[in-house]
Amino acid sequence: MRKAYGEALLELGRENEKVVALEADLGKSTMSNMFGAEFPQRYFQMGIAEANMISAAAGLALSGHIAFASTFAVFASGRPYDQIRSSVAIARLNVKICGSSAGLSDFGDGKTHQSVDDIAIMRVLPNMKVLSPTDYYETKKMVKAMAELDGPCYIRVNRNDVPVVTSEDEPFEFGKVRCMRDGADVVLFATGYMVYQSLEAAKLLEAEGISARVINVSTIKPLDTQGIQAAAKGMKGAVTVEEASVIGGLGSAVCEALAEGPAESRVRVLRVGIMDCFGTSAQKYDELLTEYRLTPEDIAAKAKEAIA
Amino acid sequence: MAHSESELRELRRIAATLRGNLIEMIPPGKVGHLGGSSSIMDVTAALYFNHMNVFDDPKDPRRDRCIFSKGHAVLAQYAAFAELGYVSHDDLHKVKTLDGTLQGHPDMDHTPGIEAVTGSLGQGLSVSLGMALGLRLDGSASRVYCIVGDGELDEGQIWEAAMAAAAHKADNLVAIIDHNRVQATDATENVMPNEPIKEKFEAFGWNAIQIDGHDFAQILDALDAAKACRGRPTAIVADTVKGKGFAFAEGKAAYHNAAMNEAEYAQAQEAVRRMKEEA
Repeated sequence: MRKAYGEALLELGRENEKVVALEADLGKSTMSNMFGAEFPQRYFQMGIAEANMISAAAGLALSGHIAFASTFAVFASGRPYDQIRSSVAIARLNVKICGSSAGLSDFGDGKTHQSVDDIAIMRVLPNMKVLSPTDYYETKKMVKAMAELDGPCYIRVNRNDVPVVTSEDEPFEFGKVRCMRDGADVVLFATGYMVYQSLEAAKLLEAEGISARVINVSTIKPLDTQGIQAAAKGMKGAVTVEEASVIGGLGSAVCEALAEGPAESRVRVLRVGIMDCFGTSAQKYDELLTEYRLTPEDIAAKAKEAIA
Repeated sequence: MAHSESELRELRRIAATLRGNLIEMIPPGKVGHLGGSSSIMDVTAALYFNHMNVFDDPKDPRRDRCIFSKGHAVLAQYAAFAELGYVSHDDLHKVKTLDGTLQGHPDMDHTPGIEAVTGSLGQGLSVSLGMALGLRLDGSASRVYCIVGDGELDEGQIWEAAMAAAAHKADNLVAIIDHNRVQATDATENVMPNEPIKEKFEAFGWNAIQIDGHDFAQILDALDAAKACRGRPTAIVADTVKGKGFAFAEGKAAYHNAAMNEAEYAQAQEAVRRMKEEA
């Protein structure tokens, strides 16, 4: 998925000379270095100093540029939180923050490098838009859309190559949920790579005679509240699925939307995600998804519980 | 470039007016950052009324930018904006009120002339650096002046920005350190010793100059020297007195953010009257 970020940023650089990029010595990992190779004048290496990078991005935005600041999600959200809050979000500046290696996707590096809290942290900020693409194509379309959107955005990008579930030519609509598979019994609200896992879960459920609807919530803020409520209407239950803490993330957002919605949408919601704990090192990404109960089997089990 | 006595006299006159505007904003009983606003007032006057390119339209793209990283001293900027016509005296009277336009800390959305959102200390120098880099990228001749508190130098981000500004050779960036030696609760040397400041900036690769921050000839000469310096950002360490001009408050942490009583306010008014007379 990160390759899509690097490619999209490079394409943006070619299309719009106002686009600039900042890095904190992780450009090889975030793949913003693709932009840097072609546009060295517009690429600012800020060293291992994320606070300064974010506030400097604010300054670049104030001089009329669209500033993309990239680093690992943990260092792009919690570490420079007050810089994002004070320098960027209050002033509604055109700073686009890429939280790369998000969730557990940096599987080897362990808890200091795995972001369980970035969605919650960014969601709570007034004026911030929070994007969580599901695959290569959606990442590319989202990064392009971020340059057009007015004001600050945060995008969380998976480090690994994950299965493609959208197509190159389907349009991306910012701020709208998208039905990936229709169903009649239970609705699975998923984001990021967990959309694929949920589609796989839906197949498992189908084999057991349970019809699952899968909704891709790739814009977490502003949340498509009406879309979420409509998707839950008439269902026996709902499950939220995210590679992030269930506290403050997609699970919380969906619960809020449904609790405040019409009675027919107020179904039981169970949350699949990281259960209020930090990550850990593993040799393979899949090992972590199993350890943290983010597999299709885990999601299917939760879906059955939700409609029981 | 030597500056004429008439230029310096004019700045003394303006600075007296600005100190008058300052106390106008904080009548007896109204809390305000008197100390840090008055220590940086002479530098503020020199920037807006002599050195910087300033226009009737506060958004004119040719303007030089001034960012108060020590955002709590924004009253000094408001005092200048009233003379530039960006805000009215009615606005000054409504500072920090619900129906006013002048916030307690700099807010570009509310106030014409404010260039960024600052106030959370340590961030303004980084914002100024980004702005300087962006202006340079666009081939602009505009320069960026950032007012930093000496207490604010405790923030680690200042030194991140210092490193990056030198690395990116941001010679259109000037940091002016309001070296009043007193911070919110006590003398800076008691809270967190951070001397020597000039030498620290030099070690980070900056051109650094130390001046008397209340001597207009020295202020203007230092700003000229900064402008002439190529390939490096400049730090001007301006030795100042917290509460400058108001004897009861000078050098005292107690007037960092406080309200004057009636007697103090009368003294302040009298001090401004004398400043205007002497200028």
